[in-house]
This record gives sequence, structure tokens and C-alpha cells, in this order.
Amino acid sequence: MIARAGFLIVFAFAAAAQTPDFDRVQIHVEPVQRNIYMLSGAGGNITVQVGSEGVLMVDTEYAPLAPKIMAEIHKLSPGPLRYIINTHVHPDHVGGNDAIAKLIPQDPLLPLKIIAHSNVLNRLTAPVPGQPPAPRDGLPLDEFATSRKNMHFNGEAIVIYHEPKAHTDGDSIVLFRGSDVIGAGDIFTPGSYPFIDIERGGSVQGEIAGLNHILELAIPAKTQEGGTYVIPGHGRICDDADVVEFRDMVVIVRDRIRDMIGKGMTLDRIKAAKPTMDYDTEYVSADSFVTADQFVESVYKSLAGGAK
Amino acid sequence: MKVNLVRTAALVLAGVPGLLSAQVDFSGNWAPLFHEDLPDRIPGPELGDYTGIPINDAARLRADSYDADRISVVSEYECRPHGADYSMRGLANLRIDNILDPVTQRIVALHTRMGFQEMERTIWLDGRARPSDLAPHTWQGFSTGAWQDNMLNIYTTHLKQNYIKRNGIPRSAQASFTEHWVRHGNYLTVATVIADPAFLTEPLPRTQTWVLDPGQQMTRDICETVIEVPKAADYVPNHLPGTNPFLHEVADWYGIPWEATRGGAETLYPEYRKKMGKAEHVPERCERYCECGADGRLCGDPTPPKRDTQAQPK
Repeated sequence: MIARAGFLIVFAFAAAAQTPDFDRVQIHVEPVQRNIYMLSGAGGNITVQVGSEGVLMVDTEYAPLAPKIMAEIHKLSPGPLRYIINTHVHPDHVGGNDAIAKLIPQDPLLPLKIIAHSNVLNRLTAPVPGQPPAPRDGLPLDEFATSRKNMHFNGEAIVIYHEPKAHTDGDSIVLFRGSDVIGAGDIFTPGSYPFIDIERGGSVQGEIAGLNHILELAIPAKTQEGGTYVIPGHGRICDDADVVEFRDMVVIVRDRIRDMIGKGMTLDRIKAAKPTMDYDTEYVSADSFVTADQFVESVYKSLAGGAK
Repeated sequence: MKVNLVRTAALVLAGVPGLLSAQVDFSGNWAPLFHEDLPDRIPGPELGDYTGIPINDAARLRADSYDADRISVVSEYECRPHGADYSMRGLANLRIDNILDPVTQRIVALHTRMGFQEMERTIWLDGRARPSDLAPHTWQGFSTGAWQDNMLNIYTTHLKQNYIKRNGIPRSAQASFTEHWVRHGNYLTVATVIADPAFLTEPLPRTQTWVLDPGQQMTRDICETVIEVPKAADYVPNHLPGTNPFLHEVADWYGIPWEATRGGAETLYPEYRKKMGKAEHVPERCERYCECGADGRLCGDPTPPKRDTQAQPK
């Protein structure tokens, strides 16, 4: 079953996401707050923390972009890359692990550790028929199976929270307590519907719970903006108010589909009723990874018992 | 005497760069005038009133689904300010300060502060580049201004999602807006044109007027969120499609055809009156905010006046 899920996710990404022309991709660096930066190229956003002890990355995009990513990081800090934290298993977030690990000098006194929830490791190491195993150097072998993992690096506390059954079953969000920044992964994707990966253990209720957890941790500054900044899996730098809008959208669509299921409507009839119509102009664009129908279907399956 | 003339000329010339970059002085304290759209601004728009707003179907459904309980139940909404495109037609007073380059004395920006939620905004006049698309959006957005004769044209992007009207008509984070500030003596007119690819089928123009108010002293407006109504974390008040019981009120109260209240681009233009048809229900007399604006009165009481008991002139 896991192997089938692995095949499906690779297939889904290959089918839904046009393979970027990596030669043309540029890595954009946005300062976020204190010693946190957001890197954006193709694939998911990367959160980078720099300081006197070295560099920490949250997610790694795709392997072909590793040299460009590391070149930008070296402009921010000459320090050694010490940690990679993966927010989830999808290839646009873990795809660069191995290539980056191979790019950096190997120093036994300053080893690179790759951290993720154990469900990410389990899925990456599950055999997928017809595909080579995931490269060992890129595996998150410093996995954790608890609800949270604490660490301290570059002078600030960092808390990695597992968000169960959210957009997958291995989601983590990363709170930089000193810098007051959250790396949210694909639980939060402003401008796009969330990709609730039912086959990989995601669910709409877990997605909402994950968003609410981000809102618990984020504290806005004056006039309900700024304060804690949130780096989404894809899209621009956000804050508490942006997460509220996104959470409200997911809750309201959930409410509508739940009501339709209660009235005995089939998935096809629900799709035809367009329960996301008033959100599509904000959350669907020409390069969207998730269509309105796919989002509706994932919510339907979550509520109708399709979620595992 | 000759020395004084030279000195005077030097002082005049020293002022030229500033004059060239700012033809009109907007600095000072301003009070809003509500003669335009008064019931819409004070106390605020009726639920279901989309008349004259060029909304698309998505905006209409979003507004139909809006439940004002959200402001109480979702605590994050309690202290939200208006967006910059709405704040100029809100209820608060305004102060405008010139931000000067300390060396050249050129005006590099205008800084505004409003009494509601302590909204502060900077309008850059120094030609700086806009932030990247990946930069955070804010309630007030990123504004740049340029002079066109005596009119200041302002362009604003990087807005957070907010509302076009306080009855749930949404305005997206994709929106931008242009302002035209004109000063006539002690009056400031601000024309705002909002473009929103997500929710508007064509730009929405609105105007607001302010009067100079030199004696005004702006105070604090401190807001802290509290849990007013304990509810489950995954509860967001909303009306399911087709279930909002309040949408017909505005048509019935004011004797407006239901279709007209649904808004859309054609309701923005006067020609629409010729084709809009008749109302299903026309009240025999004014039923709602009947004396709004009369004799300078505000719209505090929504109930109609008791005409048969009105005091007769002595």
C-alpha cells in the first residue's frame, strides 16, 4: 500500500506539475526577520536560518537547483550547513537533500543532520516498483516520532511540531522562537488550494488543525499584522492574518461539502455545484498545482471516509 | 541692501526643489465629511447591498456567505484595521505629515495616521522600487506617489485581503488601487479607483472629501483581542449558499428591485435605472435611517421617525 502511495505521489507530481526548466530558474532571497530568510525558486519555499554556529535549512526544493541554492546561502553565511529539516515527503521539498549533502564539505566534527518526522522517512524508504531507492545521503535519518522535537541553534530555540494527518501524515511546522518565524510547509499555501494528499495520510480536519496550530503559535503585532511571520510552502511571506484568511477558506469549503454530503449528494454532483466558486479566483491560477475539483475531491474523501 | 537681496534670492532658490517635487501641501489635520454615501459609511452598508459595485459572481457568493458574527467569534478579526483603499472613507480622523530629506528638505514621503486602529501609512514620493512579489502584504500596502500638476497620483499594491464594503463584499490581495489627491483651499478630495482581478469585473471608483481641522488632536486607539465567544477552533461563522436570510432586507426596506441589490458592473451606471424594473415591495414611507445627514445629523437610530407625534413648529 505504501509502495502504491509512493507511485501515486510521483505520478501525481509528474502529471500535475510541469517539470521546471531548471537552467532558467533563479533563486530569489527575501529577508524575513532577524536571521531568517526565505529562498524561492522552483518547488517549495526554503527557510534559511544563519548565525554563528552555521546554517539551517527547512526543505531543499529539487536536486538540479542545489548548486544555485547553496550559492545564495553562501552569500548569507560562510558557515557550514548543519541541519536540514524536511516539512514533508513531497519531492519539491525533499528533492534537493541528497544533492546538497554531496555539495558540502564532509566534516565529522560538523556533521549535517537531516531531520523529519518518521513518517517522512518511512515513505522515502518504502520501495516503489520501477524506481530506484531514495539516495541514502538525502534521507532524514535524524527522524523523530514524537509530537515535537526541540533544538537550539544559532542562539535561538527551535521547535519542530508534527501536525498529524494534515496535508500528509508526516507534516512538520518549524517555529524559530527567537526570530519569531514559522516555516509552515505545504499546510499553508496562500494563493493556492492546499494539496491534501489523501493517499499519503492527509485529511481536511488535520489540515484545519494544522492551520489552527500555526495561529496558536503566531502572535501578530500592532493592527493585527507583522509580529510572527509565516513562511508558507509556496507563495509570499505571510503573517497571522493571512493564515486566518486561508484557514477560514478551508473551513467554509469544508462546511459546504459536509452539508452536501449530508444531503446525499455524490462527489460528481458536489463538483458540479462548485462549492469553491467564490474562492477559485483567488486560489486557482494558470500554474496552480491543485485545481478546484481536486481540492473538492480531497475534502469529500476526508469527510466521506476516504481518508486513511 | 544688496547683500540682503542676494540672500533673499538664495532662500527663494533653495525652496525650488521642494516646490518642484510637491506643488501642494497636504500636511495637517483633516476631518472626514460624510455627505457622500453617508448611510453606507455611517453606520455602514446594509447586508446584501451590492448596488453599484462591479462585482463578479465569486464576490457575490462570498458576500452572500458572509456572517458578521465572524468579527466576534474569530478573535483575529477584532482588531483589524481597514485596508488603505477603505480607510479614507471610514469614520476616523486623519493627520498627514511630510517626511523631509534632512539635507535637501525635499519631501520624500507623506505619512498618514488615522484615528481608527491607529492606521499608519507611508506614501513614497522618492521613486523607490516596489517590493518583490514575495514580500509580505500589509493592510495599508505599498504606496508610491507622483505629481501631475497640482494633483498627487498614488498607486498602491501589496495589500492584504480585506473588504470593499463592510457587508462582506471581498477585496483580494491581488488588488491594487490608484488615488488622486486634490486640495481646494481647506478641502481635500480623494478619488480612489480599485482594480481587483479576483472580484471586480471593472475598476471601482469612489470619492471622499476632507476638511482641514487645525484644532484636532488625535488620540490613541488601542485594541487588544479577547475571546468574546468561546467556540471550537474549526468554527468560522458563515452562511451556506442559499441560506442567508438577510439578503432581501435591503430591497424590501428601501424599495429597490432585488436584482439591483445584487450589484454588477451595469448597476454602476445611471443608465441602469431605465432597465432595472420595479421593486417587489415598496414601503409606504421611509423605514430606515430616514434622517441620515439631515441638518448634519448622523445615522444613529435605524428606526423610522414617529411622524404623527413630531412636534409642530411654534
